[in-house]
Amino acid sequence: MAEVLVLVDHIDGVVRKTTAELLTIARRLGEPSAVFIGAGLDAAKQTLAQYGAEKVYRVESADVMDYLVAPVAEVLAALVASAAPAAVLVSSSPGHKEIAARLAIKTGSGLITDAVDVQAGEGGTVRTTQSAFAGGFTVRATVTKGTPIVAVKPNSAAPEAVSGAAVEQVLEVSISETAKKARIIDSQPRAASGRPELTEAAIVVSGGRGTGGDFSVVEEFADSLGAAVGASRAAVDAGWYPHSNQVGQTGKQVSPQLYVAAGISGAIQHRAGMRTSKTIIAINKDEEAPIFELVDFGVVGDLFTVLPQATKAVNAAKG
Amino acid sequence: MNIVVCVKYVPDATSDRTFNESDNTTDRLGVDGLLSELDEYAIEAALKLVESAAGSEGAEADPAHSSTVTVLTVGPDKAADAIKKALQMGADAGVHVKDEAIHGSDAVATSLILAEAVKKIGNPDLILTGMASTDGTMGVVPAMLAERLGLPQATLASELTVEGGTATIRRDGDVASETITASLPALVSVTDQINEPRYPSFKGIMAAKKKPVETWSLADLGIDVGSVGLAAAWTTVESFARRPPRVHGQVVTDEGDGGTKLAEFLSAQKLI
Repeated sequence: MAEVLVLVDHIDGVVRKTTAELLTIARRLGEPSAVFIGAGLDAAKQTLAQYGAEKVYRVESADVMDYLVAPVAEVLAALVASAAPAAVLVSSSPGHKEIAARLAIKTGSGLITDAVDVQAGEGGTVRTTQSAFAGGFTVRATVTKGTPIVAVKPNSAAPEAVSGAAVEQVLEVSISETAKKARIIDSQPRAASGRPELTEAAIVVSGGRGTGGDFSVVEEFADSLGAAVGASRAAVDAGWYPHSNQVGQTGKQVSPQLYVAAGISGAIQHRAGMRTSKTIIAINKDEEAPIFELVDFGVVGDLFTVLPQATKAVNAAKG
Repeated sequence: MNIVVCVKYVPDATSDRTFNESDNTTDRLGVDGLLSELDEYAIEAALKLVESAAGSEGAEADPAHSSTVTVLTVGPDKAADAIKKALQMGADAGVHVKDEAIHGSDAVATSLILAEAVKKIGNPDLILTGMASTDGTMGVVPAMLAERLGLPQATLASELTVEGGTATIRRDGDVASETITASLPALVSVTDQINEPRYPSFKGIMAAKKKPVETWSLADLGIDVGSVGLAAAWTTVESFARRPPRVHGQVVTDEGDGGTKLAEFLSAQKLI
């Protein structure tokens, strides 16, 4: 059976949930081979094996890790040439999409991004489903040339624990000078919030202009649900919350089981980021707020009274 | 310093965007369009770089070292509006690549056309783009363009300085904020965090009318029509379907019990 390359998304060996999803999808198309770049494989290996990786290619060269995007694309291109995989799967993060983009040109392959489902088609084709125009349309697309490269959104598959051999293979890499022209000279890690990652979370609670800068009741409600915290563009532009928490067209697009929008009017830019959530709830003082057109349940009221009451009720129900 | 800013004319997100039934391509003609909002940040970044370079050269700028900002787009006739807006903001010249054979091109072909156009413009010191288009939202054309031109990419910049032939950016990822340097010539894409795009002034609107805009076909770029367009695409849209509108649920007014009712809804839906 042909291999399917899966680029591992990890932070110092802590494998992100999306990688488990990609390995599960890879099993539909062939035999998963994880590609692990950077330090920390010892920590990651068990997870990769647990979700079905038959092989783990490892690369730990400064020539790859100290430069932006281009070297990883070269590593993957060499691997595509030598392993002739059935497909290459990456996460839909901006950086991984850029790697996939360069890989597509290098290998003469079609690229599909932001897939929400991937299935095997006839004759080894790879069939994808995407969401277009801010969730207004569902699109089915396939790659028609080269080795299909697909960038997959989080929450697109339920990870299946199926044991894989995870046989390690060290890759010797030779990176071109061209690929080493954009140098990463500093990296400041973000403080971990202790909450789930926004695009992976099953529940997201977001605050907007209506919070007036005080996210405390939003955070407390989120914590009662074990949720991630999001922010509207207005809240981020006002400096109330970091851009990495922004939900919207120019921030993160999320599709959780439950999305709660507090003090958010629901402009198109925001809706583009959450419209495909399974269940949507909103709290807003303004009954005309466009967000209410999207909700499964809404409360016209002050989030500073509604959310604490809801938090208390949720915590009581948890017992 | 010569800068090329790549921009896209896109269907207005507040209009009813859709696909053409005939060939599953994006309907670019039936819906009002405009310069993609995310490209405004790239134009503004270019203008700011040029302004600060002129400032540091002193009152008498040396014509041999003057900077230009050329805005480049690939698109149908109406895409000229995107160029017009950029010129009104302050860009110096425009290039519009249009050709019927381009219809239905994927990101791969778009990057090919842009690459050839950039070469014909004259290999600038800096290529600036937005972080993604607001219609396709792939965010891959900048990286593809850098790949085709063999240029370093310093992408997704929330801060940008250019000094002594080096571009330095701050790139804010999920887990870390990185500082990245690249020697010019380089490709830089910018996020919407980097600046506040200016509104065209009246003077800028009038001045734009006199600025040169060239129109090029695929033949002008030496691109074979068979290598772009719908039939040449490396991916295919097999079908599209409008998602049913969300069924509007219950909205209650808080009368001292709004939070409790919210929790009851969550419980009824088995979300807690």
